[in-house]
Amino acid sequence: MTYDILITGLIIIAQILAVVVPVLISVAFLVYAERKVLALIQLRRGPNIVGPFGILQSFADALKLITKENIIPSGSNKIVFILAPIITMVLSLAGWAVIPFAPGWVVSDINVGIMYLFAVSSLGVYGIIMAGWASNSQYPFLGALRSAAQMVSYEVSIGFVIITVLLCVGSLNLSKIVLAQQTVWFAIPLLPMFIIFFISALAETNRLPFDLPEDESTLVAGFFTEYSSASFVLFFLGEYASMILMSSMTVILFLGGWLPPFDVYPLNVVPGVMWFTVKVIFILFLFIWVRGTFPRYRYDQLMRLGWKVFLPFSLFWVVATSGFLVYFDMLPN
Amino acid sequence: MILYSLTFYLFSSVAVLSALMVISAKNPVHSVLFLILSFVNASGLFVLLGAEFLAMILVVVYVGAVAVLFLFVVMMLDINFVKLREGFLQYLPFGALLGIVLVIELGILFLTDRSSNIYNNQTPLQPIVNEVENTKMIGQILYTEYFYLFQICGIILLVAMIGSITLTLRDKGGVKRQNIDSQNTVDASTAIEKKKVKIGEGI
Repeated sequence: MTYDILITGLIIIAQILAVVVPVLISVAFLVYAERKVLALIQLRRGPNIVGPFGILQSFADALKLITKENIIPSGSNKIVFILAPIITMVLSLAGWAVIPFAPGWVVSDINVGIMYLFAVSSLGVYGIIMAGWASNSQYPFLGALRSAAQMVSYEVSIGFVIITVLLCVGSLNLSKIVLAQQTVWFAIPLLPMFIIFFISALAETNRLPFDLPEDESTLVAGFFTEYSSASFVLFFLGEYASMILMSSMTVILFLGGWLPPFDVYPLNVVPGVMWFTVKVIFILFLFIWVRGTFPRYRYDQLMRLGWKVFLPFSLFWVVATSGFLVYFDMLPN
Repeated sequence: MILYSLTFYLFSSVAVLSALMVISAKNPVHSVLFLILSFVNASGLFVLLGAEFLAMILVVVYVGAVAVLFLFVVMMLDINFVKLREGFLQYLPFGALLGIVLVIELGILFLTDRSSNIYNNQTPLQPIVNEVENTKMIGQILYTEYFYLFQICGIILLVAMIGSITLTLRDKGGVKRQNIDSQNTVDASTAIEKKKVKIGEGI
């Protein structure tokens, strides 16, 4: 009896490690890729010293940061100050529990997978607010306030986009969402929603052109101005891990998850996890490409885009999609 | 089974303790953070009951949106909490009375015949595994039997929303707003005006 529990526990821990370790390694390479792509966009060379082609640069940076002294400001609220980066990091890894990488390759195949992902991504704001408040300093506080308003605004349109996809699937389970795209990827019939989701994902992960919470030209470094060494690393890892998480969410909702583009011979023998990875890398490249090309939004423009453009448009698409499905009797089940 | 009970006691004890901390924490921001912890544990209890949809809705709505705004307001306001706590002893008897009444009511509920049947029936501690997902079950009952009530809830929320907007909306004069459409339609013919200026006169 107890032996069984022990075995089950060990299997669960092994599964968690099998997901978390690759995610953390891919974060390191994502940082490298981002610096390299941005360098190419700006006609520079980028990191090219540590290791062949500078590929070990991120590991060197991480080591350097972790071995530095961790400074906790004397005016800060110490417990909340230390908790904030931990929460950010844990939440950005928690979402991976429900992501299906290939048929059956999922730690926890729950009924409400997409709701879980939505909940975890909406909790991400707490790490930022807590960091900004606990630092007891003006710049981080302003960053935290900006972030709170921004993330709440863009969650609304993300919610509507998710509802539109769910109308076409008839289930909240992520594996079923992927399997529903066997005939056609949702990116094609729901192209406008795909674009809205991608832009909202940029805002939700505080990426350029919506990185106002950490806007370096006005707020020094935004909510993590006061953070140093290991706690800064946690924020950094958390941001990039949640970027990869949002990309996988986009891939599952719109680009058919592990499915090949066409179910024909040379394509369908490639393992599903390879297709999944390729698609996630494509979305991540879009993230970096946008960072390299677009100027930062002004705050009122950001709010206008969220509430006055995306919200009415996505609401209209929910109504239009459900009307279409009912009229042509195409509702699932 | 042991694991199930252990998780139940973990979630419930943390929920109760953090609820206690909400009213006893000195710092208002800490109170809100404990409130969030309490919400999260309550949603854990929902998961143990097999109501996974309710659990996720609780996290999305209360933790993800409502508590963020709570925290937002509490952080922005300069509340003097020492002053607020002055009346603590004064209100203590009244609060205690309310608590005692609630406990007595719950006691009556659990000791009557109706609920004693629950114990006799040996309700399973573990969630009942249904063929139908509970998201689907909620949808099937909400949009059929309770359809009008559901619509009325929506209308109440709409009225509350319109009310709060009209209360806070102040249209002060002299505010410059960006009109994106007019900016986008600007071209050389509307933006530049050519004038013949006579020498020595100016415009």
